[in-house]
Amino acid sequence: MKNMAKKYRNAILTTVLIAAFFIFLSWTKTHLDAYVMRIFNLCAINTILALSLNLTNGFTGLFSLGTAGFMAIGAYTSALLTMPPGIKTMNFFMQPINPMLLNINVHFFFALLIAGILSALVGFLIGAPVLKLKGDYLAIATLGFGEIISVVFTNTQTITNGALGLKGIPQYTDQYWSWGVAIVIILGLKSLVNSSYGRAFKAIREDEIAAQAMGINLFSHKTLSFTVSAFIAGIGGALLANLNSTIDPTMFRFFFTYQILLMVVLGGMGSITGSVISACIITVLMELLRVVESPMDLGFISLPGISGMRMVVFAILLILVVLFLRHGIMGENEISWDMLLGKESGHRGNFGSQ
Amino acid sequence: MAILEVNKITIKFGGLTAVSDFSLNLNEGEIVGLIGPNGAGKTTAFNAITGIYVPTSGSIMFQGNDITRLLPDKITKLGVARTFQNIRLFENMSVFENVLVGHHLRIKSSFIDATLRTPKYNREEKMMRDQTLELLEKVNLTEYLNEKASSLPYGQQRHLEIARALATRPKLLLLDEPAAGMNPKESEELMKFLKQIRDKFNLTILLIEHHMQVVMGICERILVLDHGITIAEGTPDEVQNNQKVIEAYLGVELDA
Ligand SMILES: Nc1ncnc2c1ncn2[C@@H]1O[C@H](COP(=O)(O)OP(=O)(O)OP(=O)(O)O)[C@@H](O)[C@H]1O
Ligand SMILES: [Mg+2]
Repeated sequence: MKNMAKKYRNAILTTVLIAAFFIFLSWTKTHLDAYVMRIFNLCAINTILALSLNLTNGFTGLFSLGTAGFMAIGAYTSALLTMPPGIKTMNFFMQPINPMLLNINVHFFFALLIAGILSALVGFLIGAPVLKLKGDYLAIATLGFGEIISVVFTNTQTITNGALGLKGIPQYTDQYWSWGVAIVIILGLKSLVNSSYGRAFKAIREDEIAAQAMGINLFSHKTLSFTVSAFIAGIGGALLANLNSTIDPTMFRFFFTYQILLMVVLGGMGSITGSVISACIITVLMELLRVVESPMDLGFISLPGISGMRMVVFAILLILVVLFLRHGIMGENEISWDMLLGKESGHRGNFGSQ
Repeated sequence: MAILEVNKITIKFGGLTAVSDFSLNLNEGEIVGLIGPNGAGKTTAFNAITGIYVPTSGSIMFQGNDITRLLPDKITKLGVARTFQNIRLFENMSVFENVLVGHHLRIKSSFIDATLRTPKYNREEKMMRDQTLELLEKVNLTEYLNEKASSLPYGQQRHLEIARALATRPKLLLLDEPAAGMNPKESEELMKFLKQIRDKFNLTILLIEHHMQVVMGICERILVLDHGITIAEGTPDEVQNNQKVIEAYLGVELDA
């Protein structure tokens, strides 16, 4: 009974928090300038992407690096579904766009959904061969997948406009869309990983042989985790396309995946709250670090701007995290109502909480 | 009727024959021991029965189904559960969750039901939780409910592994050295415990064990492996007095 009461309390608190957050979102509309607003939206999108990677890498123990590839699928899908025909024609001046794609136009909501579904479909299909691999081999194969997508998109001129990319994608992604979707994904993922399926994922992560001995079909559960992760990454990519208004195949290369990986590792593999916190921190840090790529005059010495410097800083950061903060900010723990309010509660394995 | 029929299985690793022409019939409700010196091929035989290895030749039937080539999860679903020589718990999960996972194989709700917490899923989740509590009570692990599995005392970890196996509702339970690392008092308790669960859950048990006290105490029948070959089979008394067995164990005290 106490557990039931606690469940209702938590549900109410969560609802209140979300409502308060939406009031805050409407406040940001009038109080944040365009630049800060963009970063604020990126925080939400990176949160979504970090959660996608955390599902496979953190919760299921699959070392997957395909995020950028799935994002690309989502980004292009949503772009092509939301751009008006006129703009499409203007973009495709080298070779005309495939006539089937010219007049398609759907509401942003459906564009996001279809982006996720297509990405999930690709995830499902490549999962079959790739998920037979373990550990580092899986990492290499998924990394290869991401690069292949980028190459394919460069060469499918009549669909993606190749290396020219797409410009003038309607900027539908505002703070309501980005954070609204992020919240839905946070809640959905929390529910999934705390369900019986989530426990099976964690069992696979802990010990594949024991999980299999418990009657868990490794392949179908890995495929499930991988496909859901691809779905989420596809939606993240779609939100990004409709935020940036410009996309091209080089955007979705390894560096992007690597940045998301840093967020997951820093936040804590297997922690949803960790991913949210660290996605926001790193997104802001990314912007602050732009300084190191611009020319600097330190008075006694002036340094030329070195582009790519941020990547160096990030590589160092990742090394430091792995060396000194292996379990990330949160480890495998979550910030929950029980933890914030409860005395006798808050244990991760608390059997009464769902 | 035999619940398990192992028919002349041979398992080779490259040039090494780990098990050769191993046959075994288990009758329902029996407790049978599998003994033999280190490296005799006992664990390898278990791994073949539970689907981790496919035998090089021979066949394995469980309740009339050919399980020789099935994947481990399929075999578990048919009703064969096991524990491991080097305990393999889900270390970062709680005791409760470890056992809860053992119920997942019977879930009917889809992952979408699970994510949306539909009434169908909630019913199943509640049932799994209730059954887990019940099971933990039966094996006296209730006091550790919320502990991390890896934080349990060694002996309790072995009990937890058995409890987790029971959650899959096996008809046949394979135990790989359940008394390893236990003192005489603990292994005495384990023997009682195994007899208890055999009766409570209508199990057939096959166990590998080095503790002769345990083997002789509860096994109705014993098979002895040496270098992959079955050198003796019979009641504890027969096996104990078998010349080949004594030779195989030369230097190892039989009643240690
Ligand atoms: N995967 C494998 N690859 C190669 N050789 C193996 C493999 N598994 C077991 N062996 C070899 O097979 C033989 C039998 O090993 P097994 O583990 O079955 O012995 P055991 O009877 O369980 O011994 P112990 O009492 O030490 O557990 C050993 O020589 C072992 O080295
Ligand atoms: Mg062994």
